[in-house]
Amino acid sequence: MYPAKFDYYRANSVEEAVKLLAENSDAKLLAGGHSLIPAMKLRLTQPALLIDIGKIDSLKNIKANGSLEIGALATHARVAASADVKKWFPALANAASLIGDQQVRNFGTIGGNIAHADPASDPPTVLIAAGATIHVRGASGTRAIAAEDFFVDLFTTALEPGEVVTKIEIPNLSGRKSAYAKMSHPASRYAIVGVCAVLSMEGDTCKEARLVVGGAVAHATRLSEAEAVLKGKKLDAAALKAAADAAIAQVGDDAMGDITAPADYRRAMVGQYLQRAIQSALG
Amino acid sequence: MKISVKINGKTVERDVDPRMLLVHFLRDELGLTGTKVGCDTSQCGSCTVHLNGEALKSCTFFAVQADGAEITTIEGLAANGSLHPMQEGFWEKHGLQCGYCTPGMIMASVAFLKKHAHPTEEDIRHGLEGNLCRCTGYHNIVAAVKAASEKMGG
Ligand SMILES: Cc1cc2nc3c(=O)[nH]c(=O)nc-3n(C[C@H](O)[C@H](O)[C@H](O)COP(=O)(O)OP(=O)(O)OC[C@H]3O[C@@H](n4cnc5c(N)ncnc54)[C@H](O)[C@@H]3O)c2cc1C
Ligand code: FES
Ligand code: FES
Repeated sequence: MYPAKFDYYRANSVEEAVKLLAENSDAKLLAGGHSLIPAMKLRLTQPALLIDIGKIDSLKNIKANGSLEIGALATHARVAASADVKKWFPALANAASLIGDQQVRNFGTIGGNIAHADPASDPPTVLIAAGATIHVRGASGTRAIAAEDFFVDLFTTALEPGEVVTKIEIPNLSGRKSAYAKMSHPASRYAIVGVCAVLSMEGDTCKEARLVVGGAVAHATRLSEAEAVLKGKKLDAAALKAAADAAIAQVGDDAMGDITAPADYRRAMVGQYLQRAIQSALG
Repeated sequence: MKISVKINGKTVERDVDPRMLLVHFLRDELGLTGTKVGCDTSQCGSCTVHLNGEALKSCTFFAVQADGAEITTIEGLAANGSLHPMQEGFWEKHGLQCGYCTPGMIMASVAFLKKHAHPTEEDIRHGLEGNLCRCTGYHNIVAAVKAASEKMGG
């Protein structure tokens, strides 16, 4: 399958990419291409110009220094293998290692993933749970968007036209316990349900829980009802069950369904995977 | 657009339409038809090649993106006329039925072993999640990869 014709330009810097985007209203960025190219082949999208940012090396760095910074072009394979990510926020390394397959992880990027905002993606869920910040650059300068505000709807983000994601910043989570639990689609490996838990504990008691669900709903969303249930509680089986019930109630009619996993099934699995994420975070 | 790519050790230069997929560049422009198109939707892995040593589904990449890269296809795996240990493994363990998925399976397996030298059977099954065999001969494929990993010192 061939996509519709387009012009191709390889950008050498973020500034150049921003300028080209500003000058061409029908242009799209090309990062790893692992969401965009399949969509172009199906002619679901037909941009007139592709601006390839794949060779901008300054966007590929991962570094930990006060906070963890991941360049938009870091591939899923590099995020999964990074010693800094594993140490700083193991749930993200784990989520990245569960994406698709080795070929997809080698070329797909974290920036492309969040910009695409597929509801069945993994990174949005863990980035919201971490309280991450998305740094972007556009024609009028840079801005920082909280991950929680970045994902707006199905395939829709808070990015303005012409903005480029440059890096993702994850705050210092030392002392927190975190884990991601995922039910993968049996063929594509995309998330049917994914839940990330980031917990602050004092002994057995949960001081604060950040719980986020993806896959089952239109965009990754905090499970605030379940978070409230766990605050100040001992995380025993009864508390986990109460949190799961609260999560199921919050997801309610927002649960999405398809031929592989109908809405009621996904809703029920949100409760299951919430408990698994918490148990696995507690170790 | 003009691109220059090193394929199986040989540099080639060609003028390509930006929308030409890497798999078509390899097959239709260069006649390297060992690389197959199975699904054409990024699922099956039969189009797997190595780009700068990493396994890639070449149906999900434009030839222009490969400008300046080194690519290895199934045709480039045997060295000096002797089969790669992975190719031998597939031969000896009968890791193929119709053979359509085989080039992609072999390229994916070689890349996988580079990162996991001592895989268990389960590691191999996970490692090859991006490759489908329509003949469903997975049992022997896994045996072939295991045999190759042992031969390669795993
Ligand atoms: C078979 C298969 C299985 C997959 N399974 C999973 C899975 O299990 N979990 C999962 O999370 N994902 C999965 N994916 C998707 C994968 O993670 C993609 O890599 C990712 O969604 C897109 O990243 P990319 O770098 O390939 O972006 P591209 O495809 O290049 O771009 C995607 C979109 O983002 C825009 N964009 C890219 N970079 C930027 C940037 N820096 N700033 C602003 N906009 C940008 C592009 O213009 C485009 O609209 C799968 C993909 C495939 C093909
Ligand atoms: S043909 Fe490329 S993944 Fe199937
Ligand atoms: S051997 Fe026939 S598709 Fe795998």
